[in-house]
Amino acid sequence: MTTIVSNTDLKEKFSKAFEEAQGLKSQLHKEAFDAFQNMGLPGTKTEEYRFTPIARLLEKNFNLDEIEPVPSGINSVKDFLIPDLDATVLVFLNGFFSETLSSSINNIDGLKISKLESALASGEAADYFQKLLKPSDDPFTALNSAFWQDGIFIHVPPHTKVEKPILILHINDVVDRQSIAHTRLLLVVGEGSELTLIEKSNSTGDHSIFHTFAEEIAVKENATLNYIKIQNDDGKLHQVANSLIHQSAQSILNTFTLTLSGALIRNNFNIAIDGEFCESHFHGLYLLNGSTLADNHTVVDHLKPNSHSNELYKGVLDGNSKGIFNGKIFVRPHAQKTNAFQSNRNILLTDTATINTKPQLEIWADDVKCSHGCTTGQLDEEALFYLRSRGIPLENAKAMLLYAFAAETLEVIKKTELKNYLDQRISDRLAKF
Amino acid sequence: MLIVENLKARIGEKEILNGINLRVNAGEVHAIMGPNGSGKSTLASVLAGREEYEVTGGQVLFDDKNLLDLAPDIRACEGIFLAFQYPVEIPGVSTVNFMKTALNKIRAHRGQPALDAVAFLQLMKEKMKLVEIDQSLLSRSLNEGFSGGEKKRNEIFQMAMIEPKLSILDETDSGLDIDALRIVANGVNKLRTKNNATIVVTHYQRLLEYIVPDFVHVLYKGRIVKSGGKELALELESKGYDWIKNEMATA
Repeated sequence: MTTIVSNTDLKEKFSKAFEEAQGLKSQLHKEAFDAFQNMGLPGTKTEEYRFTPIARLLEKNFNLDEIEPVPSGINSVKDFLIPDLDATVLVFLNGFFSETLSSSINNIDGLKISKLESALASGEAADYFQKLLKPSDDPFTALNSAFWQDGIFIHVPPHTKVEKPILILHINDVVDRQSIAHTRLLLVVGEGSELTLIEKSNSTGDHSIFHTFAEEIAVKENATLNYIKIQNDDGKLHQVANSLIHQSAQSILNTFTLTLSGALIRNNFNIAIDGEFCESHFHGLYLLNGSTLADNHTVVDHLKPNSHSNELYKGVLDGNSKGIFNGKIFVRPHAQKTNAFQSNRNILLTDTATINTKPQLEIWADDVKCSHGCTTGQLDEEALFYLRSRGIPLENAKAMLLYAFAAETLEVIKKTELKNYLDQRISDRLAKF
Repeated sequence: MLIVENLKARIGEKEILNGINLRVNAGEVHAIMGPNGSGKSTLASVLAGREEYEVTGGQVLFDDKNLLDLAPDIRACEGIFLAFQYPVEIPGVSTVNFMKTALNKIRAHRGQPALDAVAFLQLMKEKMKLVEIDQSLLSRSLNEGFSGGEKKRNEIFQMAMIEPKLSILDETDSGLDIDALRIVANGVNKLRTKNNATIVVTHYQRLLEYIVPDFVHVLYKGRIVKSGGKELALELESKGYDWIKNEMATA
């Protein structure tokens, strides 16, 4: 990957912060920082970040002389929970795990949840940490790996069906000042186990937020993971998440990423299908307005034969919002009998909203079924007229058509309370268009 | 009920309606016939409020209200119903949900309370019989994958649910085989009362054997050039539209 340092000043500021910071002295931190120094921040000439000017926004919106974490006075997360959903709640405040606001993590049936640092110290996490996401993979993985101070390690032991979903709340408190945070997640779903994990980001206050995530997830043989991200932060959130899910044989993955708000949301979401007879349902929905920029860079890598992946990302863009979708599918030479499907469909509601969509399929095996398609259009005028001619007002008719368009992506959600919640968020947003 | 006076309309730069005059009273069935491109479907679309057409002159009164001032959905609430020539397929929206939303909007406009699920289903079952349509079809996405006949029956089903004052059937016979035509026509006939009216837009006389009109109008080059009783349709059938064209050319 060729990365051009857009601003040496920015790099120097991160250097200074790194040197001054306490607690970032481990060999891994240092190696990661070297990787970051080598890559620098991506500029607009960096292919992977062409449409997403993160460096410029960091420079413009943040005081990078003060990048140390800030404390928060939040003492309740009630407003950020998902109504009616009985879940194990893990709370991060400005990037730090809050034991007081989280559910007790010591006595959860069959589950091991611990702070990442202690899991590394005890050796439990060593087999996985920085094995799936390497600092050199992406400048923000490097940045996160250099600067991370807190994270969570979740281990579902083999043959454990975890009934209660885990809800991770990433709350940024920027009432007084900006927040810059780097959070890590390490999740192992053991052989034959099942888990639903929901990540949700929220904030209070008007100052800017820069939040990076590095998330490494291993789904073992015959395991099932339902993984939902809810990105509905009304604040000035600039977020770069690097997530890699590694699937072993016969595992099932259902993902859904809902992006509604934020200043800049970049999801680098990779799935490595490293076993036979896996299933991956990889869904995303972005319903954007204002000047939100949402960039989904996805990779589905078929490393072994006989697996099935289905990627469906849809977007509705209003106002001056920008959407970017990049979908890479790799089918490795010996990954015969792979079924890999990808679809990205977009509706633009204004002349000033934009979408850049790019499918990239690289198929080396010859006995596979692969397809991809991307469409960008407007609301179907004829369908709108049809609904209106039956007495349905324009606003309702629009919302009805948009809902019908969007709802398909929700098919991967099985849990009723969660589905209702997502459904409501989607309907609320569509009613504003 | 409906008074159309000197109505002129165009799409883009093309003038299509060049001064239509038409008066429809409650209890009447009017047929509008004419060769292709004469403006039949345009007239139906303009009455229903399709926005691609620009009205350049004249006026339309519907129950003394200025119809052209109303948005398409308000026209529907006021009692205008257009049965589409090409009903739109809308994936992801079931006919049942769509009809429930529509009907309750219309009821709200009329000052009637919303129907609850039970009452709605009951009404639906009753109206389904009228057009011999199956419930499984209505649970599916609106018109998606429906045959031509199923789409047209769905149109008449919706008409039965909504009970409009004025129904405009735009080429409802196109693409129908004789059995489907009979079912659709039967449905329309059963819905006729002395308080509502129907405008049947058609190219062929065939449909008018089943839905017998009180008046027949011949549209040519955006004007009604001939009006008469149902026998005019038969005359057109035997003489063909060239008869009208020649008559207009010599006039």
